[in-house]
Amino acid sequence: MKSKATGQKSVAQATNTRLDRRTSLALYRQMLVIRRCEEQLARSYQAGFIPGACHTYIGQEAVATGVCAHLRPDDAVFSTHRGHGHALAKGVSVRRVIAELFGKATGCSAGRGGSMHLFAPEVGMMGTSGIVAPCILQATGAGYSFKLLKTDRVGVAFFGDGAVNNGAFHEGLNMAAVWELPTLFVCENNMYATEVPFASATRNQDVASRAAVYGLPGVAVDGNDVIAVYKAAGEAISRARAGGGPTLIECKTYRTRPHAEGMRDAGYRTVEEIEAWKARDPIPHFRAHVMATGMASEDECDQIDAEVKTLIEDGLQFAMDSPWPDPATALDHVYSTGK
Amino acid sequence: MRELTFTAAAHEGLAEEMASDPTIFVVGEGIGRRGGNFNTTTGLYDLYGPERLRDTPICERGFVGLCVGAAMTGTRPVVDFMFIDFILDAMGELINQAAKMQYMSSGRLKMPLVLRGCIGVGGASATHHSGSYASIFVHLPGFRVVIPTTPYDAKGLLKTSIRSDDPVLFLEHKSLLNTKGPVPEGEYTVPFGQASVCRQGTDVTVVAIALMVKKTLEVCEQLVQEGISVEVIDPRTVAPLDIDTIIESVHKTGRLLIVDETFAPCAIGAEVAAQVMDRAFDDLDAPVRRLNGVQTPVPYSAPLEAAVVPQPPAIAQAIRDVVAE
Repeated sequence: MKSKATGQKSVAQATNTRLDRRTSLALYRQMLVIRRCEEQLARSYQAGFIPGACHTYIGQEAVATGVCAHLRPDDAVFSTHRGHGHALAKGVSVRRVIAELFGKATGCSAGRGGSMHLFAPEVGMMGTSGIVAPCILQATGAGYSFKLLKTDRVGVAFFGDGAVNNGAFHEGLNMAAVWELPTLFVCENNMYATEVPFASATRNQDVASRAAVYGLPGVAVDGNDVIAVYKAAGEAISRARAGGGPTLIECKTYRTRPHAEGMRDAGYRTVEEIEAWKARDPIPHFRAHVMATGMASEDECDQIDAEVKTLIEDGLQFAMDSPWPDPATALDHVYSTGK
Repeated sequence: MRELTFTAAAHEGLAEEMASDPTIFVVGEGIGRRGGNFNTTTGLYDLYGPERLRDTPICERGFVGLCVGAAMTGTRPVVDFMFIDFILDAMGELINQAAKMQYMSSGRLKMPLVLRGCIGVGGASATHHSGSYASIFVHLPGFRVVIPTTPYDAKGLLKTSIRSDDPVLFLEHKSLLNTKGPVPEGEYTVPFGQASVCRQGTDVTVVAIALMVKKTLEVCEQLVQEGISVEVIDPRTVAPLDIDTIIESVHKTGRLLIVDETFAPCAIGAEVAAQVMDRAFDDLDAPVRRLNGVQTPVPYSAPLEAAVVPQPPAIAQAIRDVVAE
């Protein structure tokens, strides 16, 4: 085995790491696109335009942004039910995400999927999922393909703390490690599996430490610090591309909205806890960092904010104007041959 | 023409496909250097090595989920379950993921995944090594379900299964593995959805599944002496099902019996009966009948085991009963 189990490292304090201006502004813009898109989806849900589930990613934007910044369109991302952010960060347009949640023909899954089944394989978005944990195995399988095909592509699984007590986590990490597959496992530990506190679901709440059990590197980072995520993911993805095998990254973060829009968000966490995490919002923190380090002025940041606002408005209008799918196509694509 | 066993013919099909397509790989327990519990991969490890003949940990859910992801990203996995009973640990990955992926991605992803394993009651295999489960998968959109009964079909259908972009269950009855039959030297495939009329007859149509094809054919000569001419149809693939061939036969005979060693409720026989009554009710001279195994876990001891699946005398009697109605 080339890769070595390094076990858990301390939570990275990476905000001091300097990124270049272009990268910094791209990260800021991407986080903001996710945030504003999610806010719009929440409003659209309340207005009755989204008929099904809508799990927002608000509060966790730094994770998808920091990881996907290193990915190419031919790398494969496998996501969860809370996957709008992953789809956007992987390159699916705002238009196609909003249109999909509206159930329109122009949605990224042509109206077949909704929030929990966002597909855009043309940019390496291999699906969000309504089932917790299979993405771990599928990303392992992508790693298997990419190794067999002798490419430097990588498979990436995003999943929550709810997935790490599932057998797929154990089986996937074990296989990825023993076969040294180019796979990145990104655990977004937001402390609740739906509404079940992580502390009541497992004795060992240190997810990153579990990597050592399977013999792969594991690292924990502040998931609300986009630079920390960016740096850890960069190292892991470079290692995977070079044949060094898989890595587990635990991103400690928090969702500040309910599990899903329209759900009661009480009885399992306190208002104080939510407010404390809102104070650690990754986007204003990073914005302040960008300005404090002189990489961009407030005017430049405002300019990005305005561009993102326009982008979301355009996406919403596109979704509103788009046609419904033709009911005659309901049977299409069950089989590869059409029937 | 040369004769091969069912196992050797299927092996040849796999070996030919692996030689022509480097994206095919096999996973399973003991399918590497050992060559498979049922000799499904003998010698292939030496040709293609561990990446294409991958011995796995015992984690069916895990390696099936891995293969789903692999099939989405440019390779063509063949899962060798050894005993198909082991597939049950992977049902979520198959039903929620593999079977729905093409649909959910509006056809942009393909799912070239073969799921092969031995089925069937026999050899005191007991209940965790004797199941079939075909009907479960026939019920669900997205799967192809293939049940060959001759060496010729085993090879030709396995090649078609490997080339298919859909998830395919390829089910091999344990009691057929050592049976021999003609297999041509040259390249051929057998298409999905094309039943085989194994024996022509005029008085009654018997649709038989898996080992029941062989057992039904064994009693046909005796029935001829009793004045009963039996037409035997082997669907070969039950999803898709070649109902046209069955209806054509019923049009001629007016009588239909379906023989399947698996349980009757919600199963292949029920589906065939319903479709025939939908489309050929006026051709029927008697009610459609089914002869199935007993709906029970499979017992171990020989006399108990024999009691839960249709045996040739029971098949012969069921045919006589349909003809007498």
